[in-house]
Amino acid sequence: MNEIMNDIHRRMSDLVTDHVQLVTLLPRIGIPLGFGERSVADVCARHGVDPQFLLLICNVYCNPHYEPEPQMLAGIHMDGLVPYLRGSHAYYVDNRLPHIARHLDHIATQLPERVAAVFKRFFEEYQQEVMAHFAHEEQVVFPHIEALTAGRPAGKYSIDSFLRDHSNLEDKLNDLLQIIFKYLPENVTGDDTVSVIYDIILLAHDLNRHSFVEEHVMVPYVRQLEKSNL
Amino acid sequence: MKARLLIIEPAQMVAQGLVAMLNEQTRFKVLEPIRSLDNLTERLITGRPDIIIVNIGLVDSPTEARADRQVPVVGLVYQYVPAEKLKRFDALIDIHDSQGAVVETLTKALNQQPGDNTQPAANYELSRRETDVLIEVARGYTNKEIADRLNVSVHTVISHRKNIMHKTGIKSVAGLTVYAILNNLIDESVVV
Repeated sequence: MNEIMNDIHRRMSDLVTDHVQLVTLLPRIGIPLGFGERSVADVCARHGVDPQFLLLICNVYCNPHYEPEPQMLAGIHMDGLVPYLRGSHAYYVDNRLPHIARHLDHIATQLPERVAAVFKRFFEEYQQEVMAHFAHEEQVVFPHIEALTAGRPAGKYSIDSFLRDHSNLEDKLNDLLQIIFKYLPENVTGDDTVSVIYDIILLAHDLNRHSFVEEHVMVPYVRQLEKSNL
Repeated sequence: MKARLLIIEPAQMVAQGLVAMLNEQTRFKVLEPIRSLDNLTERLITGRPDIIIVNIGLVDSPTEARADRQVPVVGLVYQYVPAEKLKRFDALIDIHDSQGAVVETLTKALNQQPGDNTQPAANYELSRRETDVLIEVARGYTNKEIADRLNVSVHTVISHRKNIMHKTGIKSVAGLTVYAILNNLIDESVVV
């Protein structure tokens, strides 16, 4: 479904029924499940989330062609942005990556020893890469944003370098999918392969949308902040 | 220059029919047909064909007919063949095709480079040279080092790497290393 969600008076439960992928997203924005019959606006008010911000992130997640307009972005309260990005990082690092690693470990028990070691190492190195990527954002980029919004001097960092250094975290997941689809020995059996394929596809999609928020929502927002703090 | 054409066809009448049909064409130099894959390696070396017609029942994939020669392989069809298998060949001719149709198909196949990116679905198996490059990539060598080790230009290495990525779908060096070990191309101890 590619229509744009813009009605804050709709029931939250209807939104999630139409776009089931929001189930994993909402907790990261600070909205727990169990919304009863309440509207998007009511649920957001209860949890101190700006409803326009919520709809913005939902649209990015559910619609691959969604491109937020600059004027529209300028009218949205972005207080929830950094907490949401941190929440997503924690979701990937504490939940998704270990979950996938467990499946891969099970698969590896069926591989010859020398192959198993390399197979597992591929994902361990990928996890290191993801953590380094996130650490930079959490230690440099997010504090920069928090300083700007608090009116503190911003230091030397400028958001212009963000796009230049922002590495792609999906390619290696796609490599892993190809390896599992095409090159695992045929005698590997069990539910782990099928489950992990879904997990990897969902994570790659989630990371793709996460990057989109960083590059197309966070960057213009921070540029604006940097300009007004001069 | 005439294109050197090798026919691999067990039925002598069919083979002779094709030879007669194609000898009238100035485009082709038709080599002495062979009836099976038995003498193939030798005939590929001595005959240096630019294009091969093979009875599709003799092989599972065009690679068996071309070995490591990068030439188009045209399947000759006169029995039922699963569609999946038909797709692997660079082109197909049918026993009922007219002379004009056969010549046109062969000419077209000659003009498309096998393994060319604009012609996907032909052959996804790595060529011997691509495998050599893959092994060096998986061992951790740079393009420049691989070029020196294999005695080819950096440009050639890059073009092989592009084909490897296209065929395997794997982009990262780490992923290609896993591929190489899963396929027994390298030993994990040689990874630098």
